[in-house]
Amino acid sequence: MPLFKSSQALAQQIDEFLDTVAEGCLVFRDGVHAYLDGDRERFGERLATINALEHRADDLSKAVETHLYRHSLIPEHRGDVLGLLETTDTVIDTAKTSLFQFSVERPAVPGEFAAGFARLVDASCEAAQAVVVGARTFFRDPPGVKDHLYKVTHYEREADGISDTLKRRVFDSGLDLAHKIHLRYFALSIEKLSDRAKEVGDRLAIYAIKRST
Amino acid sequence: MEVFLFLSSGLFLGWSLGANDAANVFGTAVGTRMVAFRTAALVCSVFIVLGAVVSGAGAAHTLGRLGAVDALAGSFTVALSAALTTYVMTRLRIPVSTSQAIVGAIIGWNFYTAAVTDRGSLTRIVVTWVACPLLAAAIAVALVLALDAATNRLKPHLLVLDAWTRLGLLAVGAFGSYSLGANNIANVMGVFLPDNPFRDIELFGVTISGGQLLFALGGVAIGVGVFTYSERVMRTVGTGLLRLSPQAALVVVMAQSVTLFLFASEGLEHFLASRGLPTFPLVPVSSSQAVIGAIVGIGVLKGGRGIRYGVLREISLGWAATPVLAGAASFLLLFVVENVFDQRVNRDLTYRIDAAVVAELEARGVADEGLATLHGRVRTNATRLQHDLRQATRLTDEEILEVIGTARLGDWLVDAAVAERELGGGWFDAAQLQAVRSLAGRRYDRSWRLRRDLAAASAAWRPLPPAAVNRIHNKELETKLAYLEQVFLVDERTESPVGSQAPVGRAGSAAATPE
Repeated sequence: MPLFKSSQALAQQIDEFLDTVAEGCLVFRDGVHAYLDGDRERFGERLATINALEHRADDLSKAVETHLYRHSLIPEHRGDVLGLLETTDTVIDTAKTSLFQFSVERPAVPGEFAAGFARLVDASCEAAQAVVVGARTFFRDPPGVKDHLYKVTHYEREADGISDTLKRRVFDSGLDLAHKIHLRYFALSIEKLSDRAKEVGDRLAIYAIKRST
Repeated sequence: MEVFLFLSSGLFLGWSLGANDAANVFGTAVGTRMVAFRTAALVCSVFIVLGAVVSGAGAAHTLGRLGAVDALAGSFTVALSAALTTYVMTRLRIPVSTSQAIVGAIIGWNFYTAAVTDRGSLTRIVVTWVACPLLAAAIAVALVLALDAATNRLKPHLLVLDAWTRLGLLAVGAFGSYSLGANNIANVMGVFLPDNPFRDIELFGVTISGGQLLFALGGVAIGVGVFTYSERVMRTVGTGLLRLSPQAALVVVMAQSVTLFLFASEGLEHFLASRGLPTFPLVPVSSSQAVIGAIVGIGVLKGGRGIRYGVLREISLGWAATPVLAGAASFLLLFVVENVFDQRVNRDLTYRIDAAVVAELEARGVADEGLATLHGRVRTNATRLQHDLRQATRLTDEEILEVIGTARLGDWLVDAAVAERELGGGWFDAAQLQAVRSLAGRRYDRSWRLRRDLAAASAAWRPLPPAAVNRIHNKELETKLAYLEQVFLVDERTESPVGSQAPVGRAGSAAATPE
């Protein structure tokens, strides 16, 4: 039946979009690790991959939006779903922008701070992964969304803490001020990913409540 | 061709019905934006016409509830009053029961013509206001809980759930529209069947009867009402009373169908009774009341905060006002039609209680010594007779109605030619037709004498013992007998049976169910 085919195709597109965002976050993490390890070749590959994934996510998001409006689907939740896709898209955008900044500005990360940056990118990515799982759950089991959102909050706070410690250590070190400010900028850039995940999570919590009542 | 003028009020009633009642089947779907208004209007109109033509024609013999009104100008006025009332309510965006507008208008006719009003019909209206919403609310609550449990268990994707809900709304809406057409076309057009201006036509090798053409015209009128004016009431039902989710919208229309099926379906009662199973009590229900009850039921289940009580109050007042307004309008318009336009709005009926009537009543178990005091006098006013019977006897209202029916005088001629023409088509079985033929040429002054002779001539004309399992059979038999009485009644102006003047509806059968 055309109605079901169309709906299932759209559900697959949304799933693919979320897959793309999740994969983008993993690529971002690996890209930062590659940079910290000094593996320029792997870093370059990850940069190209996240660029392609971000474009793909944009295309899918647009396609879903057009389809939802053209076929007047889910009238009651259309705005929420489009808002969710839009904000989720900013997660992969943020990851891509951050990785590009690494490639453009090539910050010199002293060995003593590399582990801190690695932990920060891991925590931020965990927050982003958790929110993607939450978004996926929203479509099938709204009450189950909260089981994932507490993880988002947890990792976002963890990323905040790691970032704060890292910045204090940077500014306590003997590096010159320009270098310190440069490193702080990258700590903030990575931390931004978890902030974006938290923003998506906050919206998702409201959407899930709206769907559950 | 004055019939075309009279038809106009039937078409207006059809239009009003479409404008108001389409909200019962598609209001929640359109209100929640799950089905576009144009799609809903198209599906609704197509299925209403189909229901009217395919299933509605079978119920033609009942001539609808307006059948009690026995003159064309009277039917015109009653239909016009009901249509005007429904139109006013539709203007106010209030969903009302068109059937109740019709019953109210008939009661107005009863008052005007001094005919007797069955108190049962008044009771039925009030019971419908209370019992029907309560039953629908309970069913809606049960359905919401069941649907929630199923959704929590199966966890369908939001988009798949959306597709299923959309399909469900369209399917239930189409089914509801078909029933709307089938059950209400008799109200809209049935009364005009004896004066049907259409003749049978052949189209692509299929014969379409004049009755079906008339009903198709009525169906189109309902469809036009849906397209041109139903959106306002749909919005009231869909969003005015409570903000509904798409799933709740589906639950509302399902609850309405289930309520009508369980508590108004004689077919279901017969099915259960014939298998020795307990039956649901048959209560008067109406889709308009059921829909509102279901929405309020869902609102209460969600805590009652979302219900707009102001809108609910307006709707409830609209229900109460509908039959009253229709009755008053009918009374006034009948006065105008009879006195200004010089049209006959009812047949002159006469009644006389004599020894034969008393004996017949005694045979049916209706006896009272006070009946003897009323012997002999010919009366032309049923209300006056009812009043005298109340004074002189201790009979119940139901028994008094039976006395009045039995005392009615008339002139019935079993005309062989009329029988051959009007009773063919398969509705009457061979034994019944044989019994009618055996009485050819006989003349009766009381309809019960005709019935008695028919019962004596064939077992096929005898009612079965009163029981749930026999209800459909007895109702069908009663419908056929009423049809015979109508066909063989001699018109005092032409001095020939009514059935010999113009084609009456085609044969067929269907149990009328509530709107």
